[in-house]
Order: sequence, then structure tokens, then C-alpha cells
Amino acid sequence: MNLPLIRRAHAPGAGTRLWDPEGVLVLALLLLLAAGILYPLLQVLSVAVAGDTGGFTLRHLVAFFRRPLFLESLLNTLATGFLAVLFGSMVGVPLAFLTVRHAFPGKAVLQTLGMLPLVIPPFVGAVAFQQILGRSGMVNLWLLETFGTTLPLMEGLTGVVLVQTLHYFPFIMVNTAAALAGVDPSLEEAAQNLGASGFRLFRRVLLPLALPGYAAGALITFIRVIDDLGTPLMLNYTKLLAPQAYLRVTTVGLTDVDGYVICVILVVLSVLALWGSKAALGLSEYAALQRSAEVEPRRLSGASALAAWLIAAALLGPALLPHVGIFLLSFSKVWSLSLLPTVYTLGNYEEILFRTTGFIWNTLRYALLAAAADVALGAAIAWLLLRGSVRGRGWLDVIATMPLAIPGVVLAVGYLRMFHGWNFPGLGEPLTATWLILVLAYAMRRLPYTVRSAYAALQQLPLALEEAAQNLGANRLRTFARVTAPLMARGLLAGGLIAFITSAVELSSTILLVPRIELGPLSYGIYVYMQSAVGRGPGAALGVVAIVLVGCGTWLAHRLAARGGAGSLFRL
Amino acid sequence: MSPKLSSEVRLEGVGKRYGEIWAVRDVTLTILPGEFFTLLGPSGCGKTTLLRMIAGFARPDAGRILVDGEPIDAVPPWKRDVGLVFQHYALWPHLTVYENVAFGLRERRLPRAEIAEKVSAALTQVGLEGLEARRPSQLSGGQQQRVALARTLAVQPRLLLLDEPLSNLDAQLRAQMRIELARLQRDLAITTIYVTHDQSEALALSNRVAVLQSGSVVEEGTPEDIYRRPRSRFAAEFVGAANLLPVQVVELRETGVLVEAVGGVRLPVPGDPVRWRTGARALLCLRPEALRIEEATLGRETGFFATVASRVFEGDRHIYEVKVGEGTLLRVELPALGEGRIFRLGDRVRVEFSAESAVLLPQS
Repeated sequence: MNLPLIRRAHAPGAGTRLWDPEGVLVLALLLLLAAGILYPLLQVLSVAVAGDTGGFTLRHLVAFFRRPLFLESLLNTLATGFLAVLFGSMVGVPLAFLTVRHAFPGKAVLQTLGMLPLVIPPFVGAVAFQQILGRSGMVNLWLLETFGTTLPLMEGLTGVVLVQTLHYFPFIMVNTAAALAGVDPSLEEAAQNLGASGFRLFRRVLLPLALPGYAAGALITFIRVIDDLGTPLMLNYTKLLAPQAYLRVTTVGLTDVDGYVICVILVVLSVLALWGSKAALGLSEYAALQRSAEVEPRRLSGASALAAWLIAAALLGPALLPHVGIFLLSFSKVWSLSLLPTVYTLGNYEEILFRTTGFIWNTLRYALLAAAADVALGAAIAWLLLRGSVRGRGWLDVIATMPLAIPGVVLAVGYLRMFHGWNFPGLGEPLTATWLILVLAYAMRRLPYTVRSAYAALQQLPLALEEAAQNLGANRLRTFARVTAPLMARGLLAGGLIAFITSAVELSSTILLVPRIELGPLSYGIYVYMQSAVGRGPGAALGVVAIVLVGCGTWLAHRLAARGGAGSLFRL
Repeated sequence: MSPKLSSEVRLEGVGKRYGEIWAVRDVTLTILPGEFFTLLGPSGCGKTTLLRMIAGFARPDAGRILVDGEPIDAVPPWKRDVGLVFQHYALWPHLTVYENVAFGLRERRLPRAEIAEKVSAALTQVGLEGLEARRPSQLSGGQQQRVALARTLAVQPRLLLLDEPLSNLDAQLRAQMRIELARLQRDLAITTIYVTHDQSEALALSNRVAVLQSGSVVEEGTPEDIYRRPRSRFAAEFVGAANLLPVQVVELRETGVLVEAVGGVRLPVPGDPVRWRTGARALLCLRPEALRIEEATLGRETGFFATVASRVFEGDRHIYEVKVGEGTLLRVELPALGEGRIFRLGDRVRVEFSAESAVLLPQS
């Protein structure tokens, strides 16, 4: 029960509620979130359903379904979403079962390797895959030389699905593994006691119990895949909704209604996915009912351990290819129509570290500012949700969670529309003409991470720790500063790190919002470099920087949130 | 450490509602300066809620609370100057023992030297010198309890509130801490409100006790009063063990009443003749240690006959259950000293008690 604290101590009466410091804070945060998340979304929606002379019309939405290109893009987008989830499950679920339910030498290594695909931004992975599996990549060159034939692995939709599957399957693996690890072993033992074993045990007991976790992972994968703009652009495949929206806005312009309509369709898809998985997510209370003991993982040794490793290698191997590819590419001067680079160089690193340093510094500046803002906002929102008492604070949670389902392209289009031609007070130019817009976009897109981690951190704190401080004379602000914040620090920092690293490799909204190339961050730099053949080396070097940044950040975040278990930060 | 002048607390018709349910209902109590006052009751009786209202963590929905004659309901917790020791100690894990104890002093903006002095005095008071640099996680349960106490005492509050402070300690430590708490409270002469569900703690420590049931005070008085002369069935059963024998009032006398128990045994017992009427059904409360059992020899007129149904030896005493009439069981505790006769199951015995120790209670 949330025991109300004594508030309004010196200003009794209902009419003063608004001037309560807590009320002011809630109001200010609601305004900020409404301006940063809700309003741009409504802007997009309102353009899509506005008639030529104002007023409401569904004409544009109907017209969307009459355009063969758009229809094909819609079907392709759905296909990439479902196929990435399907193939991702085929890789992720067996790995989850293998690692949670079995013990064998080198399991920890395997678990770490399983997280590595997340460390490489998908659009960077796309470039590496091109180099390895593309038309003139390593594999096909070898096939051509040896068998005189090639495999069109990276062509069109196939390439997009391949890259996305191998990038996003860890979400499915981690969430499924967490759900499995949380299943009360006595439920499984009861089933065994009643005669179930092997596949029947799996299908009738484990699968239903692990379903909520699996559904969460599948949902994240689906939403991210349909939002992914970088991968299709890198692979030069544009018959998908996100690239179509991007192309409409960048080539036709902000006045083109079709761009907005595509955005609305994207949001609808995300919301439908959320709604569709709600039934499965709702089951999560079953699995977490009670835990009597740790499951004894089945020990594998000798031949069975080897088999486990072979299965894992077959499933994981392809996903680790891009790391090798991008690393090689970053040191190559010439790598064309050959299995391996023919001339090696350090020049690519010289280029990005000494000549065009802007990309890295911009990234650090934007991502750090956004993460800092998210930590502050996340802490404030979590505190209000768990310790506050002002009505309406629940809306903070609702709005702050929305970015999970808003594609980056959509938010970017909303910002462009919202700030277009309006000189921001104090800046003398529109917000979208400055780098601040990138910080705003990152902060809003990654806010759900810090709100969640702050909420979890605060939820674990016994209320008595704060009451003890108040009892000894600390008011609410002092209590927060001296007791609550220090005790939440680890969780806050872990959430902030995740916000930082995911912002550092954000491309979907970056690509639309970068005002000038010299203001572009790392992800934008990679995109720009990769447009030309000579830029691939420096682009890959930037990619390696991104991998190192994300890798270190992920490792640190997991260290900080060690109690939550590996991968808990990537759970929904 | 010299205490401030201790305070008087008055609760006037205090009530607290959670949804439709009144967790505390119309509680009126006066706690005197320097008194050790205990709120005793089972879990869910509202005793902790009452304490939290005094500390300011819950706001009364009815009535008001006054400290030294001043209403405090509008005062935020951090300005109340009432020290609360939490049930689970609520020590801050990110601070050392020293920092924990210094917390309230720092909030009061005392100079550094004075803080150091007061922290060490408070730690000495609870017998915890030398552990200043430890973290709470490096302390045993008993040590944590002492730090929590020192942290509260360090700011010299005008009131000491203790929320089941001994409930997390093992039996031996609990007995020791009980003695220390009593000594500390006596030395400091600080008004203390103690919340517990343990009747033996309440009896051992308190100047006065209020017994709570479902949010209301059912009885209030000194430990002796409540134990010897309970006025309700609830208090009789909650404070100490009680045999409750169904009886019927058969005659009102000048100094007491005559009741008839099962099997037609008539017993004269104390009781206000004005409160009772002939024919009323009542319960006769008999404390187990006030009963004696003897061999059933004919010819004696007092007491009633019973059969021994069980016997448990507890070292210092024997606890018998004897069956009276068709099924009423009475608990009898006899000291196990000396050569006293030990009865066997099925033995026919006569149960005796002195009339002064019996209390007549209304049936419900």
C-alpha cells in the first residue's frame, strides 16, 4: 500500500493542490513528455487524416492501399517482421534451452557470445554481411571459384531478413532464457512425477510457462525490425515501409501526405503487435508465482557436451560473421573481388580518429546528454509513480512507455513537422536546424529504458529506509538526495548506460534529423561513408568504434545490474 | 546524554480509514511524560498504524493527535522530532554505522565536533563502541537493532516510538535487549510508545498497556490490572493464558455474585452486583497458575471434579489439561518444585482456586 505522506503541511485545502511542489513537478513532466512524444505523434496523425481544406478525411489512408508500391512495401514489412521472429526463434529458443537447462564446459563463453550480435549495430552488420555473403563477397567468390555458382543470400528481402534475424535473435534468446530460469522447478518436477518427460514435458509444461518471456522477446524483435531503416538502406532495398517514409520525406518533402500516411501505418503495426502479444504477456504472473529451489541443470560432458557446442556453433556462428567482416574491412585498403583484403592499412583509423573527428565527438556529446536527461527524467518519474500521491502521475508512465512502440522514423517526421519554420525561443532558428534536436530525439526514444530501470531500483527499496530519514529530520528533497538517489544509483546508471549505447548507434531518426553533415553522429557517419566505395574502410573503422562503445557499455551495464542476471537489461 | 523534558501525547478520537475499512477507530489515549506505554494487540489490530500516525507517516481521517498540547497532524514527519525505531531497523546500507547514527544530527546542522561527540555517546549508550566504520550488512541482527536505536536516540527526540523492535531477534537476545531497553528508557526518562503483539514483552516493560482489537482500544491500564482483572474476554485471552468457564449467575450478594458452573457446582466469585442480574450467562476467567489440583477425596465442598486429560512437563512446571463435565478443558500450571504429587492421565482430581483470583466476564 502506498502510505500517503503528510503533504500540503503549510497550505491546507484542496484548492492549493496545484501549487504543491509534487503537483508542479508532475505537471512539468507531463508537459515535457506531451511535447516530446505525444504532440509529434499527433502531428503525424493529423496530417495523414486532414483533407485539403482542413477537416477529417480517410482519403489518404484509403489511397495508400491503392498504390501497388505501398502495398508491396506493407507486405514486405510484415514479411520481414514475421520472418525475423520465426528465424530468430529457431536460433534463439534452442540456445535458451541449451544454456538454461544444461551445464557444460564453456557455457559462460557461449552465453557471452550469444549477446555479441546486439553489440554490432544492424546497419554496420549489413555492410559486413555484404562483404562476406554478398554478390561479390567472400563466400560467393569461393563458391564461384570452386563450383562455378553463387548463392543470392544478400539480394533484396532475403538479405534484409538474414541481417535482421542474426542481429535481433538475442532478444528472443535472452527473454526466453529469463522466463525459463524463472519457472518454479517444482512445476516441472510435478509433471515428471505424474509421468511426463522429454518432449511432452517441454510442450505441456515448460513451453506454456516460458511463453510470456518468449512473447516479450518476439514483440521487441518484431517492432524493431519493422522500424529498422538502416539495414534496408545499407542493402539498398527500399520496398519497405520505413525506407519509403524516409524517401518520401527526403525527396518529395515535408508537404507530402504519403510520408505521414506510411508513418501512421507503421505505428498501427507496432500497436497491433503490442496488442496481439498482450494475451501471451499477461500470463507472466504464472511463472513467477513462487520459487522453491534452483533448478539443477543437467550436466553434459564428453560427447553430449561436444554436441551442445556443435549445435551452439551452428546457430551462433553466422551471427558472429559480421564482427570478423567489419574488423577486416576496417584495416583493409583494397578488398574487392578477393576472399580477403589484398592491401592492409591503418589509414582508415587515421581518417576517423584524426581527420574527421566530428562523428565520434558528436556521438559522445549527444548520447551523453540524452542519457543524462533520461537518468534524471527516469528517476523523477519512477519516484513519482512509486512514492508520489498526486493524481494524474500514472499518465507519466503511459506516455513514457510509448516510445517503445513509436518507430524512430515516425518520431523524426513528427519533429520535422512540429518544429518546421518555427524559430525556437532563445536559439534564433528552428530546433531542427540545431544538433539539440538529436539529443531530444534520443532522450525521448530511450526514456523507457531509464524509467524501467529506475522503477525497478526504487521498487526494491524498502519504504522504511526513506521514512527513517524523514523521521530524523530530512524533508522529502533531502531524503531523496541523501538516501533514495544513492541507493538507486546502480540501477539508474545501468539504465543510463543502456540509453547511452543505444543512442550512440541510433540511425532511424538520426538519418532524418541531422541538420548538416558536420553535426552528424557516428551512425550517420557510417551511413555517409558507406555510400561510396572508398568510404567503406573508414566507415568500417567507425563501425569498430561503435562496436567497442556498445560492447564496453553493455559489459559495464551488466556489471552494475549484476543482480538482475545477464541480459536483464534487454528484457521488455 | 541529558534528555530533553519528555513530552505528553494525547490521542483524541483518532481514526484511520483504508477504503471502507477503519484500521483505527476512535482511539482516545493520554500518554504521560516519561511513561513507557505499550500498544498491544494481534497483527492487523491497528497498533502500527497508530504509531505511524504519531510519526506522521499516516494522516488521521478522524480526531487529532497532540504532543504537549499542540496538534501535530499538519506537521510533516521531518519536523515532528519524534524518534521512530523501525521494525526491520531500516538502516541505510550505503552508509556506515557512524554515518547512519550521524544522519539526523547532520540534518540538524550541528557542528562536526558536536556530531562526533553525540554519535559516540549514542553508540556507547547501546554498547556498540568500535564498530563505527562497519556497514549495516556486516553487523548481526542484534547489532543492527542497537544501531537503529542509537540513530534515534542520538537526536534526542521528545518521544521514542518503538515498532516491534525485538521481533526479529532470537529468543535469548530478545530477553537481553528487553532488559536493556527497560534500563535505557528509565535512565533517559523519555516518553516511550511501544508496539508489540507479544504480551509478555508488554507486561514486562510497560508502565501502562492499551490492548487493541480491530482498531479499537478494548482495555487500558497497568500490566497488573490487565492481567489480574481483565474486563473483556479478548483481553483475558490475549494477555496471558486464560481458562474461560461458561457459568450462569444464580445469586447477587453484597460483595460478589454466586455462579453455577457445569455440573451444578456453585462458586462465589468477586464481581460488581450492580453489573450483573440473576440468570445472566457469563464466563469465569481462571488463570492457569491460580488453579490447584488435588486428589479427589470426598467430603470437601469447594472446587469441582475433573479428569486429567494431558500433562506436559516444561522443566519449571507441569502443565495439565483437566476435563470438567462433558468437555470443558481447563489448563492448570503447577510449579515442578519439590515432591509434589504428579497426576496421571485419567486420574480423578478436584480443581481448587481462591475466589479472589477469579474474574467474571461478560459472555461476548
